[in-house]
Amino acid sequence: MGAVRRLQEVGVPFFSWLCGVLLLGSVIAVIGYLFVHGWRSIGLSLIFGTTPPLDALLMKRHVFNGLFPAVAGTLSLIVLSVCWAIPIGMASGIYLAEYAGPGTKAFLNLFFDILAGLPSIVVGLFGFSATVFLNRLFPGSIHPCLLISSIALAFLVLPYIIRTTQMALEGLPLSARMTALSLGASKLQNIVHVLLPQSLSGIVSGVILAIGRCAEDTAVIMLTGVVASAGVPRSLFSHYEALPFYIFYISSQYTDREELATGYGAAIILLCICLVLFLLAFVVKRQVSYHALYRA
Amino acid sequence: MKRANEQAVEGFFVLSAYFSALLTVALFGFMLVLGLPLFAEGRIFSIMAQPWAPHLGQFGIQPMIVGTLAISLLSMLFAFPLSLGCAVLISVVSKGKVSWLLRKTVEMMTGIPTVIYGFVGIFLLVPLVREFFAAGSGMCVLSASLMLTLLVSPTMILFFCESFARVPDSYGKAALAVGGTEVQKFLHVTLPNSWPGVVIGFTLALGRALGDTLIALMIAGNAVQTPGSLLDSARTLTSHIALVFAADYESPEFKAIFACGIFLYLFTTFLMMAVRLLGVGRERWAR
Repeated sequence: MGAVRRLQEVGVPFFSWLCGVLLLGSVIAVIGYLFVHGWRSIGLSLIFGTTPPLDALLMKRHVFNGLFPAVAGTLSLIVLSVCWAIPIGMASGIYLAEYAGPGTKAFLNLFFDILAGLPSIVVGLFGFSATVFLNRLFPGSIHPCLLISSIALAFLVLPYIIRTTQMALEGLPLSARMTALSLGASKLQNIVHVLLPQSLSGIVSGVILAIGRCAEDTAVIMLTGVVASAGVPRSLFSHYEALPFYIFYISSQYTDREELATGYGAAIILLCICLVLFLLAFVVKRQVSYHALYRA
Repeated sequence: MKRANEQAVEGFFVLSAYFSALLTVALFGFMLVLGLPLFAEGRIFSIMAQPWAPHLGQFGIQPMIVGTLAISLLSMLFAFPLSLGCAVLISVVSKGKVSWLLRKTVEMMTGIPTVIYGFVGIFLLVPLVREFFAAGSGMCVLSASLMLTLLVSPTMILFFCESFARVPDSYGKAALAVGGTEVQKFLHVTLPNSWPGVVIGFTLALGRALGDTLIALMIAGNAVQTPGSLLDSARTLTSHIALVFAADYESPEFKAIFACGIFLYLFTTFLMMAVRLLGVGRERWAR
């Protein structure tokens, strides 16, 4: 018996340190490998190629050998998706937190939990099948494009925004809720002028993480319109490039060392974007571990 | 006038909430309608059980189901002990700054894009596996599940830590007061009292492992075959959806990807239901 106990006292900490070292070691290996092989390609020419940066930004000239179109595509994708997802997501969150009764809330929560748990490729397949369906209704006019991708991505991040809005509102103390009401404000005035401003940090951190999700997701966009080479997106109805898809594409289709180096560069840029967004969300609200659970 | 405005805004709140809920159903409905011919006449079971052999007119997704299960279950086999160990390290063994730093690193890991794991997997892990086992291309079930382990571990670690922290402090104090050590307190008090959280963390992580596309797509090799060993190439349901692009929307090849979608949808929904039934899920949102 004594031997078993001694074994526990030594074995449990030993095993846990072993696991910790293994996990940290693997993560450092992944990130380190990327930087060791990719740092040389980091620079302005990685993004703009041989085109002068100002000309590229002002759309005067096309960028052929840089990541500029992919970066521009990812940015437009983020802006559009978040634009679709914020109004509907926040409104649903407000409804859940402030209006819905316990029964309705449990009922709706079931759907949002399911939506949050869906693999992103399934959401992509939905976007794709909706396109096929619309194409049957209006032959020849609807194709996979930036608009479709951004709507599908908005569906993907919708549960994030609903959840963070709801949690932020429900976390407010009773005293904060009652003051304006007791002064004669209506329920909606109370929400708009008191409750939302007070829960802003929670909502903003949710939006930032939603942005991160839009930046990194590949499965949705590869079914809904992203292509390997399209230039800077010209309209909502055009094909476009995106950083994560570029990384995926290069990993299997690279033809020379230079292209592969650009792939490494793109991976470093994407990783940095996502980590900076994560830090930002952390600074805005110090409790982000909960969000971590919301990645499926 | 003001009242009418308010009613309009509140109407928008209600509509948005029900629209979002309806969306969840519509997603399923679309796949069902577009894949419909597959499900007529009870063909759904043959689709699930048949191999993929287009030249024989068979479009079953059985190899993909096996591939998905093999890769995700194997990664859970690696990830579960690893995550439990890391959670113990963060919550019990290490203290102060070290514990905080480890926790932040794990939280940061949830922000690493999946495609990065896939990319590094191709150029770092796949050659290692190929050299070490000296068999095949290195693109196999084992490589994919090793990378997937890194992807799903943070979810489990954070969930385990949270459920350890939820065990009332007084329980632990009682164990220490009768002369127990920290390790004994963990083994006999904390762990038995936090098992629902551990099961939920496992379930959520399994959902992520099943649903991930990019890692399997990039490093599992994607051969349409039922993998016979860990070093065999395999294709998951998610990769199959990503890979099949038939020009003819009426072809059975194309319809089969909806069977994959439906299967994934049902499986993740089932896991989510399990999480809710375990009860702690509801408690978590209500907090």
